[in-house]
Amino acid sequence: MGVLGAGQRLAVDLASKHIGLIVGPASDALITEITNFADGIVVVDHPLLINYHSETTIAALTEVSKKMNPHAVLFGNETHCQELVPRLAHRLNGSAAGDVLNLKVKSETETVLVTRSVYGGKAQATIELRRSPAIIWVRARAQEPAVQQTQMAEITRWPLALEPNTQIKLINRQTATQESARLEDARVIVSGGRGLAGPDPFTQLQALAEVIGGQMAASRAACDAGWVPAEWQVGQTGKKVSPQLYLAIAISGASQHIMGIADAKTIAAINLDHDAPIFQHCQFGLVDDYRQVVGPLREKLIELLA
Amino acid sequence: MNILVCLKQILDPELPSRDFRIDGSGRDADRSTAGLVMNIFCANALETALQFREKHGGKITVVTFGAPSAEEILRKALALRVDSAVLVRNELTQRLNPWGVARVLAATIRKLGDFDLVLTGRESGDWGDGQTGGLLAENLGRSCVSLVDELKTDASKNGKVQIRRQTDQGWEAIEASTPLVITVTNNEHNVPRIAKTRDVMQAFRQPLTTLSLADIGVETQSMADDLACTEIVGLSIPKKQTHCEFVTGDTLDERIGKFAQRIVTTVR
Repeated sequence: MGVLGAGQRLAVDLASKHIGLIVGPASDALITEITNFADGIVVVDHPLLINYHSETTIAALTEVSKKMNPHAVLFGNETHCQELVPRLAHRLNGSAAGDVLNLKVKSETETVLVTRSVYGGKAQATIELRRSPAIIWVRARAQEPAVQQTQMAEITRWPLALEPNTQIKLINRQTATQESARLEDARVIVSGGRGLAGPDPFTQLQALAEVIGGQMAASRAACDAGWVPAEWQVGQTGKKVSPQLYLAIAISGASQHIMGIADAKTIAAINLDHDAPIFQHCQFGLVDDYRQVVGPLREKLIELLA
Repeated sequence: MNILVCLKQILDPELPSRDFRIDGSGRDADRSTAGLVMNIFCANALETALQFREKHGGKITVVTFGAPSAEEILRKALALRVDSAVLVRNELTQRLNPWGVARVLAATIRKLGDFDLVLTGRESGDWGDGQTGGLLAENLGRSCVSLVDELKTDASKNGKVQIRRQTDQGWEAIEASTPLVITVTNNEHNVPRIAKTRDVMQAFRQPLTTLSLADIGVETQSMADDLACTEIVGLSIPKKQTHCEFVTGDTLDERIGKFAQRIVTTVR
């Protein structure tokens, strides 16, 4: 929904139309979900688009974009969007930006200005995308959602000629984690770090997370050590998250980790070291040994949330 | 197989925030006070290539486009026993962007010859655009597999490579024929190795090829167009206003109680 919000506002600023583009199978549920948030919906479907394939998807997007001639094409922060953005921009001779927090229009030139976090969150850059179209993926949760429009979007289905790509073949697709929701979309995250000293304490953290509807994450140290799956990693070299609450347990707070949580609304930490850098980014903190805290904290939360 | 790994030298991401400065142009970080290192995902890509060569043989070439200081990361790669290293000198005064870098890398690849696999890091730890690998694939007119964390080849499969790539929900197993561009991400299996001291010493005596933009046939005009497609209009250091409120209390129970209360208020 964040990407629709960003698109809706950008379309207003550009005095342009906001079209929801569905590449691949378009379920009724998906169409219903977006029908009041866009001026139109374009569906391009093809047997080759049933299973995501980067090369055929880029070919489809290129063809449909050339036909629509958009000012800008926005994507969410799913990993496949991230790979599509620069390549689509190249094929359309436009310009590209990723992990965008804010978008606005420079009115004199009608070009798009984007704001993004750089240097591990140590700085924020404003970048003008001077070559149109602007192809952008946004940090979805950082965007205000779209407002409901009274008109339902008109649906257009476009035929598409696609060549199969035989060079890259998908053998199988695995879901590694039990959670179906993405960490990037999580509202509450409980995260563990090097201070846990092994994989076992994560079970306890998981039990705590369940009580507050949280998803599990970890620092690079914990993932590199193989204690938890690599997909759990938050930080500059992992996922960038923006939950309502990020609870960091036994994480010191190296700057590369902070980069991944810069957009969290509230950060809280439990750490034995009062001077751990993580506390510089916290709204509230507890200086205690996690081993004595996690169990009782879980009990207390159950009591308070009952 | 013939493998090329693209490397980038960046400002050390471990530089503490308090030491981070913006340079005189107001558009980039001040590099004068901080250390420069090999971008971590580039190091992961190099490690992936080294492991591939150990199992399946082949040659590894590393290339970087950058300032003379970038020789340091090439020496580091040579210390890990890559077969050859190429520095393309950046003679431009304009700030680079991924479009310009991808054009230079593509021209270098054409100049150096045939590579079955071209590896880049998933993104850099400075500007983090995450575009160079994809743009390079487009420049070369090759297919691209991104976010790869494992790479091998099965002799029985006529030179095809087996790839594992990370997705939002887990991973995908892919089989692909070469030539191919691959962007590498990190996992527990491609943590960069440390060079042996003896190899570090030897790396300083290894030959290193230096090329200019003219050597690789990059025209200034096409480069200027690429670099003009984006412009940094501002760079600022966000002000931190966070003040951590430490939960206090004489007993652990009391502190846990207060902490729990804060959590409940936040998540409700």
